Amino acid sequence: MAPVRAAPREIAQPRGRHLVSLRTPAGGRIDRARPLRFEFDGRAYEGRAGDTLASALLANGVHLVGRSFKYHRPRGILAAGSEEPNALVTIMRDAARSTPNVRATQVELYEGLRALSQNRWPSLKRDVGRINDHLSAFFPAGFYYKTFMWPRRAWKDWYEPVIRRAAGLGVAPREPDPDHYAQRFAHCDVLVVGAGPAGLAAALGAADQNLRVLLCDEHAELGGSLLSEPAARIDGQSGAVWLASTVAELARRERVTLLTRTTAFGYFPHNFVGLCERITDHLAECPAHLPRERLWQVRAQTVVLATGALERPLVFPGNDRPGILLAGAAQTYLNRFGVRVGERAVVVTAGDAAYQAALDLHAAGTEIAAIADVREAPQGDLIEAARSAGISVLANATVLGTSGTLRIESVQLGESTSEGVRAGRRLACDTLLMSGGFTPSVHLFSQSRGKLEWSESLAAFVPGAPLERTRSVGACRGVFDLKEVLEDGATQGAGCALRALRPVRRFAVEAPARRAHAYLGALPGGAAASSQKSFVDWQHDVTVKDLKLAAQEGFRSIEHVKRYTTTGMATDQGKTSNLNALAIVAATLDRTIPEVGHTTFRMPFTPVSFGSFAGLSRGDLFDPVRTTPMHGWAAARGAVFENVGLWKRARYFPHPGEDMHAAVARECLGVRRACGLFDASTLGKIEVVGADAAEFMNRLYVNSWSGLAVGRARYGILCREDGFIYDDGVVARIAPDRFHVTTTTGGAPRVLAMMEDYRQTEWSDLDVWLTSTTEQWAVIAVQGPRARDVIAPLIEGLDLDPTRLPHMGVARGRICGVPLLLFRVSFTGELGFELNVPSDYGADVWEAVHAAGQRHGMVEYGTETMHVLRAEKGYIIVGQDTDGTVTPDDAGLAWAIGKNKTDFVGKRSLERAAMKSPDRKQLVGLRSRGGAVLEEGAQVTLRPGQRPPMELIGHVTSSYHSSVLEQPIALALIAGGRARMGQTLYVPMPEGDIEVEVTAPVFYDAEGKRIHA
Amino acid sequence: MLLIECPYCGPRPELEFSYGGQAHLARPQRPAELDDQAWSDFLYTRTNVKGVHAERWRHARGCGRFFNALRDTTTDRILTTYETGRPRPDAPGGRDDGAGAGGAS
Repeated sequence: MAPVRAAPREIAQPRGRHLVSLRTPAGGRIDRARPLRFEFDGRAYEGRAGDTLASALLANGVHLVGRSFKYHRPRGILAAGSEEPNALVTIMRDAARSTPNVRATQVELYEGLRALSQNRWPSLKRDVGRINDHLSAFFPAGFYYKTFMWPRRAWKDWYEPVIRRAAGLGVAPREPDPDHYAQRFAHCDVLVVGAGPAGLAAALGAADQNLRVLLCDEHAELGGSLLSEPAARIDGQSGAVWLASTVAELARRERVTLLTRTTAFGYFPHNFVGLCERITDHLAECPAHLPRERLWQVRAQTVVLATGALERPLVFPGNDRPGILLAGAAQTYLNRFGVRVGERAVVVTAGDAAYQAALDLHAAGTEIAAIADVREAPQGDLIEAARSAGISVLANATVLGTSGTLRIESVQLGESTSEGVRAGRRLACDTLLMSGGFTPSVHLFSQSRGKLEWSESLAAFVPGAPLERTRSVGACRGVFDLKEVLEDGATQGAGCALRALRPVRRFAVEAPARRAHAYLGALPGGAAASSQKSFVDWQHDVTVKDLKLAAQEGFRSIEHVKRYTTTGMATDQGKTSNLNALAIVAATLDRTIPEVGHTTFRMPFTPVSFGSFAGLSRGDLFDPVRTTPMHGWAAARGAVFENVGLWKRARYFPHPGEDMHAAVARECLGVRRACGLFDASTLGKIEVVGADAAEFMNRLYVNSWSGLAVGRARYGILCREDGFIYDDGVVARIAPDRFHVTTTTGGAPRVLAMMEDYRQTEWSDLDVWLTSTTEQWAVIAVQGPRARDVIAPLIEGLDLDPTRLPHMGVARGRICGVPLLLFRVSFTGELGFELNVPSDYGADVWEAVHAAGQRHGMVEYGTETMHVLRAEKGYIIVGQDTDGTVTPDDAGLAWAIGKNKTDFVGKRSLERAAMKSPDRKQLVGLRSRGGAVLEEGAQVTLRPGQRPPMELIGHVTSSYHSSVLEQPIALALIAGGRARMGQTLYVPMPEGDIEVEVTAPVFYDAEGKRIHA
Repeated sequence: MLLIECPYCGPRPELEFSYGGQAHLARPQRPAELDDQAWSDFLYTRTNVKGVHAERWRHARGCGRFFNALRDTTTDRILTTYETGRPRPDAPGGRDDGAGAGGAS
């Protein structure tokens, strides 16, 4: 073969000549009266309404549309549908609306469309990366795994960035997506996927039985193969007329919904199918009110798959040059879009279908240099028709190579003889059409976990026993004859009804007879002998040689071969390549294809935008936002909020000029010296009610509840059955049969779920009811030495005297005239109250308390100050100072465990020896000797000056600067920590070790006098 | 997305439910009497069935009730659902792994 040489001619043909001559004078489904201007790589072209970007480029003589993934080889348009592996382009609308990696065959042309080719630099015609093709000896299968092994650090710094840049596809936009996306659910009796003849007939058949039908198709028009095969006549009408009347009939039916531009991308359990409907991508101007795409989540009683079949390429040396297309694609471009793909074509085929394509092109004025048929003795109506048309038909043909850099220029044919392959004629051409047979599209069927069966006669996998209620009809199950296809569709569609209301339709069809044919694997004579590459997977640049190498290197499982060679792993998922790859691997391993098996078909069938999946769940609607009744007040005060679960909580209230540190220092001192006002409404609240409420609490929480008097509260700890702390909170008995349980802010839902689990499934004998009351109560915490003075004037009907309402006392009364459930509790170590008032009154009572507090020097404070104040007292925060491996004793809370209880959730686990080991990590305080605030999460070591790997004995869980103590404080979980009081430990940091002293976790008011004031 | 028949509400989409793990694991009446191995088995040992699995679901975003389901893990087909507390029924038309005879939960 001629070696690769510089481009002999310009690829973008002189437009004047070809614009006229490549577009047929009549026919097709384009609107010749509506010219559309568009740009490709900055150059202006013209197409027609109804064109795809691919057909419009072909009409302008443009075949070269991209560079291949690995070798940067020039590539042209191969197919006409969603299986296209080469023609990936970026569609530019504006900086935020650029869509990379779109198949040009699926892009509908609109006025002003701008498209860019990908994976080339500096330009499509002169691409530096092309060097990879000449270095291909260094890029065998699995080269990523074999090369780039050393030195280790170079992978991250050098190899990976370079490989990513060289082997790239399009570039995603950096700006947020300005479009919006819709989602909807739908139910139907029958979902028909694919609106070719089989799907249309199935929809008719089902609609005739009065079933609710949803029919979707990925193209802009319904019709499938009928759009590009005008020769067929159905019920005495031309295919086009029959199609129009059928679509009109379906559209009239009230119970039928038709969806075009809609891809069924995934088949999920229980007949749940995901559809992506593209709504504005084909419009020149996108109206703001329209979503760009709509995700349909369809639950269907029955799914009818009418997904058709994909034509297979042939595998021969040099089979990837621009100008080499699938024969069926050329036929589609001609008959649907009125575009001849070239002036002089050689057709290489393994069967009859390509003859029709050749005849159609011949009739349209394209010279057919020859039909090279790989079969020994091709015969039949179509073959005779070709011969009568004067087309040379060669039998026993094969291809030994091609020439041409940016466009095919010639093909070297060969002839298979009993002595082997002999070189044959070399034919000049600008187009090569190939047809290796048809692969049924079993993607969705396989996704539905139906079993595939190997059909020897079709040389393809076809649907076997389904798992879901699904029926495959037409070409996707290997039925190709048009009459059979229509009747298969109608019968299966009608069969979805439980009871037939009407007889099944029949169809009268006149269409040229075709015999099923197939060729799998590499054509004879080529791949081994030629220096040219024989491509199997166009998109991932996988060649016959790569697959053979993988087999030789010991890969036996097709799944391993796939991953090693990356065949079928590109964005097209190997739609055109998988079966050929399988055949080559099977032949190399000397096994049959069914023995080798197939790789897993995964969703999505074609790529789906993230926008579609996200739908409205972005920005403010990403997650629900929960706010407290006092949120508006805090926002008006300039509070800085933080997210805690779904809640917005005021983190601190900065005064002008204050940063967080300054605000928190001021707030902390305000609470300690006078008092503070804090919104604790987000605390989870659960009412546990019933005759057995105390027993329920006894079984669940580690504490003992039987002895808790009405009007008293207790700090409760909830463990999981494995003995580790799950949640904590103050629990009050507000009536003999009624507990008011508080939980952590984030823990409320899971605590309630856990309670419900035990109530419903373990202790269903107990008379107890659980109600979430989180949102019913606004909780206003007033904490500090002046707290009682602040609230006393506002409260009626209860005595705040410490003898009547001691620490952990609970009482009902009224405040500002509204009902009050008053807790005397403290999470600060100060005299403290938590005022529970009905949520609707929360904001008003808050403002009243705030006003009353002003003359006492009260400050409002946020969660950050709350964290510091509680850490000064050594109070834990579940999830910060605990991590799911901390027992009550580890946290220094063994005192809370009911000593006389025989059982509670977690008790048996706490009895295990390992849970009692003195070496367990225990909560202690750390005082850093140098005065530095430690980093939360920092590790702690026993000895200084170590280098990794170090012996780590624990970590810092909480760390703050304490303004009242004027020093940093920290809590830490340290192995055997309580036995290390006074010991010096080390916190290794990049700047060096920080020396710390182990202390008790309570830093402030260790005697607890203030809380009892 | 699975379509799950809540015994109280009827068929509902999976997103209304939360999964509750293997069914018919009753919490021992007197955990203190179990040795470490027996307790550890209760806590951690679960079947990993290829075939019919009895499992707990909760209609968390519906009626809130727990119930049990027999699901074929190879097909995701839910063969039946039944109230908590009822014994495990025979698997209608499914392969039975024979496991799961257990307590009353």
